Amino acid sequence: MSRLLLNKRFALSGLLLLVLVLPLITSNAYMIRILILTFIWTIAVYGLNLLAGYTGYLSLAHAGFFALGAYTLAILTVTVGLSYWLAFILTLVFTSIVGALIGMIALRTREHFFAIYTLCVGYIIYLIIYNWEGMTGGVRGFIGIPSPGSIGPLEFNSQISNYYLVLFFLVLTIVVIYRIVHSLQGRTFMAIRNSEDLAKTIGISTTKNKLIAFILSTFFAGLAGALFASFTRFIGPEISNITMTFDFLVYLLIGGIGTLSGPVIGTFIIVWISQELQFLQDYRMLVFGPILVILIIFAPRGISGFIIDWNLKRKAKKQQIESMKDMENNQEVKEG
Amino acid sequence: MDIFFQQLFNGLTIGSVYSLVALGLTLVYGILHIPNFAHGALYMMGGYITLTMMQTLGLYYWLAIFVSIVVVGLIGVLMERLVFHHLRHAPPIHDKIAAIGMLLFLEAFAHRVWGADYLEMATPHGQVVSVFGITFTLQRLIIIVAAVLVMFTLYLFLKKTYMGMTVIAMSQNRAGANLVGVNTNKVAMLTFFISGALAAIAASLSSPINLVFPGMGHLVILKAFVIIIIGGMGSIPGAIVGGYILGFTESLGATYISSDYKDIIAFILLVLILTIRPNGLFAKGGQS
Amino acid sequence: MLLETVNLTKKFGGLTAVDDVSFSVEKGKINAIIGPNGAGKSTFFNLVSGYYPPTSGQVFFKGEEITRLPSNKIARLGIARTFQTTNLFERATVLDNIIVGNRLRTQSNLWDAILRTPRLKREEQKCLDKAYEVLDFVNLTNHAHSVVENLTQEEKKRVAFALALATEPELVFLDEPAAGVNPDETEGLAELMKKMVDHGITVCLIEHKMQMIMSIAENIMVLNFGKKIAEGTPEDIMNDEEVIKAYLGGERHAEVK
Repeated sequence: MSRLLLNKRFALSGLLLLVLVLPLITSNAYMIRILILTFIWTIAVYGLNLLAGYTGYLSLAHAGFFALGAYTLAILTVTVGLSYWLAFILTLVFTSIVGALIGMIALRTREHFFAIYTLCVGYIIYLIIYNWEGMTGGVRGFIGIPSPGSIGPLEFNSQISNYYLVLFFLVLTIVVIYRIVHSLQGRTFMAIRNSEDLAKTIGISTTKNKLIAFILSTFFAGLAGALFASFTRFIGPEISNITMTFDFLVYLLIGGIGTLSGPVIGTFIIVWISQELQFLQDYRMLVFGPILVILIIFAPRGISGFIIDWNLKRKAKKQQIESMKDMENNQEVKEG
Repeated sequence: MDIFFQQLFNGLTIGSVYSLVALGLTLVYGILHIPNFAHGALYMMGGYITLTMMQTLGLYYWLAIFVSIVVVGLIGVLMERLVFHHLRHAPPIHDKIAAIGMLLFLEAFAHRVWGADYLEMATPHGQVVSVFGITFTLQRLIIIVAAVLVMFTLYLFLKKTYMGMTVIAMSQNRAGANLVGVNTNKVAMLTFFISGALAAIAASLSSPINLVFPGMGHLVILKAFVIIIIGGMGSIPGAIVGGYILGFTESLGATYISSDYKDIIAFILLVLILTIRPNGLFAKGGQS
Repeated sequence: MLLETVNLTKKFGGLTAVDDVSFSVEKGKINAIIGPNGAGKSTFFNLVSGYYPPTSGQVFFKGEEITRLPSNKIARLGIARTFQTTNLFERATVLDNIIVGNRLRTQSNLWDAILRTPRLKREEQKCLDKAYEVLDFVNLTNHAHSVVENLTQEEKKRVAFALALATEPELVFLDEPAAGVNPDETEGLAELMKKMVDHGITVCLIEHKMQMIMSIAENIMVLNFGKKIAEGTPEDIMNDEEVIKAYLGGERHAEVK
């Protein structure tokens, strides 16, 4: 057990070190760009995971909230003319408030109704962005979004500084999610996922806790959206489209829904494969669609869940063998 | 006033298409309790197959539609056999995700085979007709009439044939149907076939006045969900009435409110309904 | 008396599932509700535990009205319940299932979780201690790290009991605790219920197994078609003519089915 933990620590530190020094050893700007985007998607997928994976509510409005974050930042910085970091914080607050309002209504519904409701909410956000040209630029998109402003001596106008900024937020996201999942709050979410009826009878306010999960999920979607807007500096309505939500879902499902490492694993693997299969581009879903279906039937908790289950089984077997050995020893002692 | 009647007529046309799509969706939901997000992809496939039959094999419009019905119906059956059947006992989140996976696959498939372009479907019924000051193409009238005929046939099938009655029995009580000897597997396959067939008919009828493209099913399926929630998930009359209501609302809304936002009407309607009644408009209250 | 219902009624559409039932759960005893299938026992439970609101009538707990409180608030007041189908998280360990049971007695929130405050650490330890305490109570300490799906039905019932006890209740409602458990194991569950009472926890159960009820319950209510037809000690019930008629009739009916 402790060795496993140690191994894990070691692997994690190694991984962190690698991503930290990567920009120093490669000068491949394209690769850095893809990595930054991957970090951003991962943050969004963590938000989705908290709600769909740990609380059991499949929200199909996630791209809508991602876009809400991106457009709010764009409007606050360009149209309103606020300083970057003030706009950034206001964006997070605003997305969370909108999330709270929508969540309060959406969470009155359950299961299929919740999925359909959020699907429609996502579509409404898309249609508003698409049609409200005066504010969002409509189909032409929104251009000229500023890079993150400097914090003291730190400036973020180069790609590499952006890399570290986004990495910082990703690590922060993972730490926060890790702490939530491994706390009483996380256990509360999982109790709701397991059975809302049972959760209520052991005194858990499902209304309140579902809302917390929903707001958190929109918060991380908004965070990812804001980072996306200031990194690409140009956004269009397609980022709020349902296909974007489906992309997030594919990342999450393949990595492992309801697992801590799932979002990282899934997003990196899929983005990487997509890069390798460049020629597929628009047809990538020819591959990922069936993978999604096969996974949900045979390995519903994705790669990460598969490894966890495999480990558990191995451990159980080991324990069994050990207890059998113990019994044999005891017998020997008795017989002796 | 003319504009009003013209829009009413247009509403009837769109409503017919919506009703057919919603019917397929509600049948599947009633029997298997699956919100089939891939239903829009079946609709899209219906459009493409009819078009391909007409263009490459030179089949006549109605014959092409017939081929499309069979093919899309079978795709529906495959969906049930290969995917949903294995997820009968899985948590409810799983079948939704599987449906999304199939939707993504079929769309990418269409994109790969037929390209991303918006294609036109020629109809042999393009004549312009003018009655009582309303002007329309014959195709629109055909949509309305054909939809009614299809619904009537479906009604006869469900009420008057043994096979149809087993579908109804199972939608009312799955366990009970199993007990009295209904082969639930067969009924599930049959339901998916009908559902696919209805989607193919709807798409083939509406394609000449709309266009054929990979994303053509998106809005239609979303609206079909709105309709079956309004009409009651699993309710057949609800799907039909709901379809027409939405058709009228949209076509009048586009004229008198804003044509930019006409697609939003359905969703706002839905958000309002679910806000007030979280379990749908005609949910059976109380006991769970 | 600990809990009291006054003229409690629940209608579903045209059907009256619970009809004008007044009943009191006596403190420090094993109380039982019996009746043929469809007599409204489960509905009665659901009303009392706040699962859904009654059509009319009132429920009092320690003299305070709790009629329309949601079930999570009722749990906080000290009423726990179990389900017939235990509803446990089958793929998690016994311990993981039970730790959250004491959540309602803790204060820490999202910020405590994110900041890892001392309060959170303290309360997590408290929940863990409580989990081990109740596992010990139901004799499952050695299964703390077993995955629930590998347990026997009887063990699962014990886990469900433990989860209910982890909420620190004064009154526990048990919905058919012996359902699906084989006969020679019911004895152990009966012992466990007696043990709860010995530790000052009042028990109220629904049960089909007459024998078990008659040997352990001290206060019994009989429901038939939603109506209370008798209430009293096991002797009273066994000699009540209406009960014999209704219950035996119901039993036979159930057998035919």
